Amino acid sequence: MPIIGIRTRQRAQEISKENRSLPKAPTGIQGLDEITAGGFPRGRPTLICGSAGAGKTLLAMEFLVRGATEYNEPGVFMAFEETAPELTQNVRSLGFDLDELTKEKKLVIDFVRIERSEIDETGDYDLEGLFIRLGAAIEAIGATRVVLDTIENLFAGLQNQGILRAELRRLFRWLKDKGVTAVITAERGEGALTRHGLEEYVSDCVILLDHRVTDQVSTRRLRIVKYRGTAHGTNEYPFLIDEDGFSVLPVTSLGLQHRVSDERISSGVPRLDTMLGGEGFYRGTTILVSGTAGTGKTSMAASFVDAACRRGERCLYFSFEESQGQLIRNMRSIGLNLEQWTKKKLLQFHSTRATFYGLEMHLAMIHKIVQDFQPRVVVLDPIGSLIQAGNRRDAHTMIIRLIDFLKQREVTAFLTNLTSGGEALERTDVEISSIVDTWLFMRDIELAGERNRALYVLKSRGMAHSNQLREFLLTPQGVDLLDVYVGPEGVLTGSSRLSQEAREEAAALARRQDAERRDRDRTRKREVLEARIAALRKEFELEEAEAENASAEEISREEMIARNREAMSRSRKGDMDKDGIVGGRPRGAR
Amino acid sequence: MKKPARDQENKPLTLKEIGERNEPAANEVWQLRLYVAGQTPRSVAAFANLKKICEEHLPGRYDIEVVDLVKHPQLAAGDQILAIPTLVRKLPQPLRKIVGDLRDTERALVGLQIRSAATGE
Repeated sequence: MPIIGIRTRQRAQEISKENRSLPKAPTGIQGLDEITAGGFPRGRPTLICGSAGAGKTLLAMEFLVRGATEYNEPGVFMAFEETAPELTQNVRSLGFDLDELTKEKKLVIDFVRIERSEIDETGDYDLEGLFIRLGAAIEAIGATRVVLDTIENLFAGLQNQGILRAELRRLFRWLKDKGVTAVITAERGEGALTRHGLEEYVSDCVILLDHRVTDQVSTRRLRIVKYRGTAHGTNEYPFLIDEDGFSVLPVTSLGLQHRVSDERISSGVPRLDTMLGGEGFYRGTTILVSGTAGTGKTSMAASFVDAACRRGERCLYFSFEESQGQLIRNMRSIGLNLEQWTKKKLLQFHSTRATFYGLEMHLAMIHKIVQDFQPRVVVLDPIGSLIQAGNRRDAHTMIIRLIDFLKQREVTAFLTNLTSGGEALERTDVEISSIVDTWLFMRDIELAGERNRALYVLKSRGMAHSNQLREFLLTPQGVDLLDVYVGPEGVLTGSSRLSQEAREEAAALARRQDAERRDRDRTRKREVLEARIAALRKEFELEEAEAENASAEEISREEMIARNREAMSRSRKGDMDKDGIVGGRPRGAR
Repeated sequence: MKKPARDQENKPLTLKEIGERNEPAANEVWQLRLYVAGQTPRSVAAFANLKKICEEHLPGRYDIEVVDLVKHPQLAAGDQILAIPTLVRKLPQPLRKIVGDLRDTERALVGLQIRSAATGE
């Protein structure tokens, strides 16, 4: 195991320190040590029951292998069902090399075969042979862990139940005296934990494994039925078995104690960042993008991922609808080259159909992958399809668990959700709107024979966000947001917006031309007026000149008359006044 | 009783022959192994009972080997011994196991398939 194993171990040790009263043997199994508060009770037997195929043998085997490899506790596996080569082969796929461990004297596998047809019983007997075999195996490697898988097979091989039960009681007592931590597996019985009532003998710790199929989807669950002296988790915990072995999810042990960050991160769309108080999302929050089909939710997610990778952060993309290749190709059309990030190991895609596993399995998978990859950003696209893997309520709880888990690790979660037509738009299939921090809503606006995408921020906790609707454009250069046209005719987008803008431009031009024309008119009028004024003035001047001429003529005429009169009076020798004016100026006065 | 000939073994058998094959031959030497764990009263009783049965029904053609698992624990795995005491009939084939102290002689005889061999019943 890489880092996780070590961390689990440290965690297990911390936990076991807290519970000094009851010493524990850590299982080394991811998650199991957390819900058992440190592991199985040390020096005591633990019963693991479950139906066929529930994973009993595997859990028991992993307990031994982890013990041998991680805690230096050798173990004995007493198999009543499978032979050593069979077991070795079965667990090889989980990366356990039993041959190697056997060679290193860390593990002994003892196959016990009981053939009813070969055995007859007469008189008293005991199971000392079994004790001796087990004792010898324990001695041989100094084992501190023992697995009996499945000891119930003895009930099929031996007739005398009275002796068998007494001997089993003695066996568990003997195991306790030996101080070994034992794991006993048992088949689940009808109406009882085990078919033969083994829980009667092993009463310190009982773990029930369940493999349920609901709606054709199987889910594995683990429950601690009983654990003396330990406050254990009582829930059913989902677990999974994969190439790294067993992992149990202590999912319900999450609280609301996560740290918060003031750091802001870009959404990858500059205009959206400005809508979100100018800086984008808060790190470690949960962002939901919901909207009807084809509104660009995935493109939005891809932009966000692209921006995160550009910052050098690791991203996980869980897709429940599209394959990695398809996503990469599709996002290339809007100018996002996601392939470069997968090559740089900054981005990982995980594409699975939601119906491929049960809900818990999805949760477990996501947990595991997140723990392995340690991303800063996780995208789930779309979460609504998880309903197909379970019912609505389960999906709801699962997503809440997941969000809590991601928040605890300060991972920014980006969820998309499809709102199907005919439903109330501002809601999500899984009713998680109340637990997300930022909710972007995308819708299409159908107008004038076309659909256009629009986006608005429905809510965004802790920041002053824009309340405006923006037109959402997918361009070959990426995602862009534009102001929508809001006018007397309502909200206009797309070509309506363009034509409205054109119309407005034309109207403005007309107005401008009108004003210019009026200006010109006025100028011309003024010119005409001034011309007229000039003409009048000219006329007046003419008249004035004429009038002057006339008066001058009058004077000269009067002078002439006077002269004539003088001349006349002179000629008549008439009296002359002193000045010679009346009756004419005498010629001699001059 | 007729003993099946060796050269007939690879040929298809009739029902009668199958019945005969499952019954040990009258003159074969019986190899018996008794597993015990220390000198417990039960072990001692089992050995005594076995000895008595053999003397009675297989006089002169039996061989008893007593294995004490306390001394040789590694031998327990070979014959898949769980219960103590266990009597293993190594020969004649097929292998038979009888667990218990052989107190019930009738059952022990049936288990060992001695009865028919000895009395021809």
